[in-house]
Amino acid sequence: MWSYFANPHKFLRLSDWLAPTFYAVGALCIAWGLWQGLWVVPKDEYQGGDIMRVMFIHVPAAWLAMASYSALAVASFIWFVWRHELADIAAKSIAPLGAVWTAICLATGAIWGKPTWGTWWQWNDARMMSVLFLLFLFLGYVALRASMDTRQKAARAGAILAMVGAINVPLIKFSVDMVESIHQGASVITADGPKMAAVYLTPLLISGLGHSLFFGGLVMTSMRTEIRERRIARLRAASLEGA
Amino acid sequence: MSGAPLLAAFRQSLGEAWAGGAGALLPLGFLGGTAVLVPLGIGTDAATLKAVGPGIIWVALALASLVTLERIFQADTEDGTLDLWLQAGAPVSALAAAKTLAHWLSAGLPLALFSPVLALMFQAQASPALLVNAGLYALGSLAFFFWGGVGAALSATVRRGGLLISMIALPLYVPTAVFGALAMSGGPGSTGAPLFLAASTLCACAVAPYAMSAALRLAAD
Amino acid sequence: MAAFARAAEPAIPDPMNSQAPSLLSPLLSGAGLGMIRGERVLFRRVSLSVRPGEALLLRGSNGAGKTTLLRILAGLTRAETGEVTRAAPHHWVGHREGLKPMETPRAHLKLWAEAWGARTGTDPVLTRMGLTRPADVAGRDLSAGQRRRTALARLLLEDRPVWLLDEPYTALDADGRALIDALIAEHRAKGGAVIAALHGEAGFPGSTDVTL
Repeated sequence: MWSYFANPHKFLRLSDWLAPTFYAVGALCIAWGLWQGLWVVPKDEYQGGDIMRVMFIHVPAAWLAMASYSALAVASFIWFVWRHELADIAAKSIAPLGAVWTAICLATGAIWGKPTWGTWWQWNDARMMSVLFLLFLFLGYVALRASMDTRQKAARAGAILAMVGAINVPLIKFSVDMVESIHQGASVITADGPKMAAVYLTPLLISGLGHSLFFGGLVMTSMRTEIRERRIARLRAASLEGA
Repeated sequence: MSGAPLLAAFRQSLGEAWAGGAGALLPLGFLGGTAVLVPLGIGTDAATLKAVGPGIIWVALALASLVTLERIFQADTEDGTLDLWLQAGAPVSALAAAKTLAHWLSAGLPLALFSPVLALMFQAQASPALLVNAGLYALGSLAFFFWGGVGAALSATVRRGGLLISMIALPLYVPTAVFGALAMSGGPGSTGAPLFLAASTLCACAVAPYAMSAALRLAAD
Repeated sequence: MAAFARAAEPAIPDPMNSQAPSLLSPLLSGAGLGMIRGERVLFRRVSLSVRPGEALLLRGSNGAGKTTLLRILAGLTRAETGEVTRAAPHHWVGHREGLKPMETPRAHLKLWAEAWGARTGTDPVLTRMGLTRPADVAGRDLSAGQRRRTALARLLLEDRPVWLLDEPYTALDADGRALIDALIAEHRAKGGAVIAALHGEAGFPGSTDVTL
């Protein structure tokens, strides 16, 4: 059943309707979340006053940064083992988008942090450091792929790096967590259930869903473009052969 | 399967690292540069130097590894030596580990062993702790060389791969840097940190050779 | 795209000619090999094999894929399709000599003898290859021909049935070329096989051409 998803033709047909759906639902969720966040929910003085409303972008972006790196690692592993070209195309598409969302997370975090904690950046904060290094992992991946001569070499090099990075991500998180943190502790996923008030939690979760769907739509569009680019390249090469 | 190719690779790498007398210059250069430039740049306040000293030495170790590694695999791809090593009859991961170890011995370990001298110049108290720190630096730099080796192997075919190696290696250096700094901070985290440092170095030595092997076979392809 | 053309083949097996194709099993063979570089198809469905005493010559214009095919046979490059069966160890002498800038011919041969666990002394090999005078000159100070001789000298360090040579005559003077011809002839007489990529040079006696 899984090999169904390895077929580029089937993927193109699937994403013909799935991508627009993701965009639409995602945009709606983001819009609703933003509306709730910017105008409806009460401000939390403890978290910095009005500026904490940026959390409705910052937190989903953080979730996506980490989820997209996992997706990158999984896609790379699938390609490495089964050599489904679609997995490589997925990995190639996820990376730059993941980098953008990670950057959004860092930027919104800084915007939130300055008025709240008095600083744009804090070096001994575990979460900030983890996300920063995640950004480097993404950028390194994109740079490495771009520097390879051929498509096949780029795929192989990328897969090696993504898997090495995936092994290191838990190690990095663990090490940075040992350093004292000024971030708040986990409040959404904890052993006792969400600690956040529902009035914040619901828009946050909806925003998270929205960002994920929108991200998924963008990845699909990027993959569609890549599939077509590779087809064009093959056709061009074949016509040069005269075959 | 004999260890002859591994020993030969190890010896060749050692010889290369010391070839033309350049081998001794790199660690000394970094030591000298760090010792002179940092106080000039940061200021000569004893308390500041004492605080930043350990971290500066970690940085010097990281940079030393990046600079050495940039050349080792790239040179082998360019002059055809890699082709010969891939056919030498030993597992490529073991060969990669042997070469990386050789380069660590010539550029990483000496720096770590000289660290007490550097620490004294950074106004540290003379005590046996400096020798312990030297051991920690040695452990940490081993991890730097192995993870950096992965970056170097992946960038072996890239012109001016230095920046790429740094981008790839930097996140991989983080656990070592964090545990190392923690171990030397003397604060609440420092008792367990050396063990974590050792563990993350072991992880590097176990995982990196396989990644290097895949990357080197890709470079020769 | 791949033509398998037979060159000079003796019509009647000559018992006095030790280079007649033997009926022993192939030392190295490739079946259905195809290769893509980027989007370009280099070659497809190439099949070849060498038996003891045989010589196979890869011919084709620049960029046709001779080097790539040799690298596939050596195991350095992975073919897109097809597979290679190696029944015997091989020697590889590629385009690039594998000589370090500070490495002398003597040191080079010592290193590889050590790596391969071969007991051959380096001095006789250096003498045979005409490298006695430059034996202790650093690689970067050697002439191109001397570097090529150093690389080819590896062939004498250890007895391996198959020789894979990429444009072995490059940079060699007339003496050098005669030397290579002699080495190859001796090797084939002992039952070894040679696969070489050549660029317009004349082939070896009783060899077969594969044109890419």
